[in-house]
Amino acid sequence: MLEVQNLSMRFGGLLAVDGVSLDVQEREIVSIIGPNGAGKTTVFNCLSGFYKPTGGKVIFEGKEIQGIPDYKISRLGMVRTFQHVRLFTQMTVVENLLVAQHRHLNTNMIAGLLGTPNYKEREQKALDRAAYWLERVGLLDLANRDAGNLAYGQQRRLEIARCMVTEPKLLMLDEPAAGLNPAETKELNQLIVSLKEDYNVSVVLIEHDMSLVMDISDRINVINQGKPLASGTPEEIRHNDDVIKAYLGEA
Amino acid sequence: MAANNIRHALFCAIVTLIISFPILGLSLEAKGVNITLSGAKTSTYVAIVLAAVAVFVFQIFRDTFMGALGKLPNLNPLAGREPMEQNKRVKLESWLLTGIVVFALFWPFLVSRGSVDLATLVLIYIMLALGLNVVVGLAGLLDLGYVAFYAVGAYTFALLSQYTGISFWMALPIGALLAGLTGMILGFPVLRLRGDYLAIVTLGFGEIIRILLNNWTTLTGGPNGIGGIPEPTLFGMEFGRRVKEEGNTSFHETFGIAYSGEHKVIFLYLIALVLAVITALIIRRFMRMPVGRAWEALREDEIAARSLGLSRTAVKLSAFTIGAFFAGFAGTVFASKQGFISPESFVFLESAIILAIVVLGGMGSQLGVILAAIAVTILPELAREFSEYRMLIFGAAMVLMMVWRPQGLLPVRRVQITLNKQG
Repeated sequence: MLEVQNLSMRFGGLLAVDGVSLDVQEREIVSIIGPNGAGKTTVFNCLSGFYKPTGGKVIFEGKEIQGIPDYKISRLGMVRTFQHVRLFTQMTVVENLLVAQHRHLNTNMIAGLLGTPNYKEREQKALDRAAYWLERVGLLDLANRDAGNLAYGQQRRLEIARCMVTEPKLLMLDEPAAGLNPAETKELNQLIVSLKEDYNVSVVLIEHDMSLVMDISDRINVINQGKPLASGTPEEIRHNDDVIKAYLGEA
Repeated sequence: MAANNIRHALFCAIVTLIISFPILGLSLEAKGVNITLSGAKTSTYVAIVLAAVAVFVFQIFRDTFMGALGKLPNLNPLAGREPMEQNKRVKLESWLLTGIVVFALFWPFLVSRGSVDLATLVLIYIMLALGLNVVVGLAGLLDLGYVAFYAVGAYTFALLSQYTGISFWMALPIGALLAGLTGMILGFPVLRLRGDYLAIVTLGFGEIIRILLNNWTTLTGGPNGIGGIPEPTLFGMEFGRRVKEEGNTSFHETFGIAYSGEHKVIFLYLIALVLAVITALIIRRFMRMPVGRAWEALREDEIAARSLGLSRTAVKLSAFTIGAFFAGFAGTVFASKQGFISPESFVFLESAIILAIVVLGGMGSQLGVILAAIAVTILPELAREFSEYRMLIFGAAMVLMMVWRPQGLLPVRRVQITLNKQG
């Protein structure tokens, strides 16, 4: 469903991403790994429309999407999380989920001011969907707390829930396990697998936690210094000499 | 520690001297064509020195004083109590608000004409502050040129009435819509800007509008302003002693009561009250609608908002337009109340005061903003005896407020939402 061909991104003299290609099929978890500064997040920013890639193609469901604005990409069904959690911290947990459903709501101002039945119905549906996902990630009891007051692990889960209420086809997770303890990482592991199994969402994952990556990925792409280094199943990557060299240094 | 304290206290005392001596101890006097500098009375000098000594003593024993202050019993009787239950509180609040509005409806018949006039001004400021609250408090866009939209509303009515003889009721929607349109147009170039940069550009826009009104003498009359703006009518009934316009009747004749100048003032007050309540209700509604949540999301984190499919353009423009719309409302009422407007009414200080109201009230909080509007407009009137020091007191109040209660008088409380458990 997502195909990236020869993507490159140049900042002045720095070629941050150089000729990266990858593809994601329906219901597949594809990971991008690589040492720090390899350009993984830059790839994400190009895919989600925050950067306009300087070269290459991004094709989502048969449509070229490179260079179109970020908010339009997310409306197509490609939604991302961030390396550093980005919540609407002064809004409540449930409000965070309502904002995300903007697209599914009746945004006609007159209808809202008058409170038409159609408007109310959609608003209720949005609330129900929010409740469903809050329960799914175990935050239902905290629905009316300020998002900024949640514990770190809860904020991570809320961010994923916030993506899921938009009913995406492809979810891009940027280091979702960063800062989580082993128990939380395990929960996250189960959650991501369930997103794929139960909700038919494809996942692109950037992650440093190798046990998580090896455990849930269907395929893995390795990037080093902006260039693609290797790609394959977890088993292939584990035994790939180039990858071992890049990660562990020359033996 | 002690030496440090003394040094600090000495410093503070000297600063007090340096500041107060030129302000209080020297005075400029005009003698003929010349201006001479003369000293003040001896008692003033003594007072200045005493003040410096007071500052010195306070600073030396500051820790002791502040510690004693902390030991005072808590002054807020509600502090220890459990917060009220959610739905109970909402009910109480809505009853209280309805009560206040009903009281406000009958209040003008009990008090003097001057009070009603002042109250009308308060209501105009409430409308302005509620509108700016959308832009600054909710959407987080610092707008320093808000008064421009107020001016657009006022001048729309003034010019239309001068050239086409339009009535207040026709001008009200036109003024508001034109102000909203101006807001949208001014919104376009500043879409990419945030924070300080946005503040500077909006400041510029505010000045452009004012200077345009000032210098376009053929249309706006320049600094001379526009007079003879008609008062609102009630179903074609005028409130003047004599009917000005053909076809209208006068209020006192229709009802067979003696003419009184107060009718007009009270009528204007009631219009302003109704409009202010409408403004508050509409904006409150907006706050709970998708668009209101989008404003807040954009304020909280623009990047996250965009990543969830919110268009920055649409959200920002809607905030600017709606904020400006209500300023236009207020402007039309203002023009009608004054009967005369000039660019002088729309200087930067007005923008600053409206912004101060929003910040003092608590960004985003409607009730807080209304309270602050009342306080900021009425306090200077109460403190008329100190009118020379009005701005000084105003400034000091702002500083103290920001030090002790930076979240504002009544900070926003989030709406609590009950969710139905899903399967």
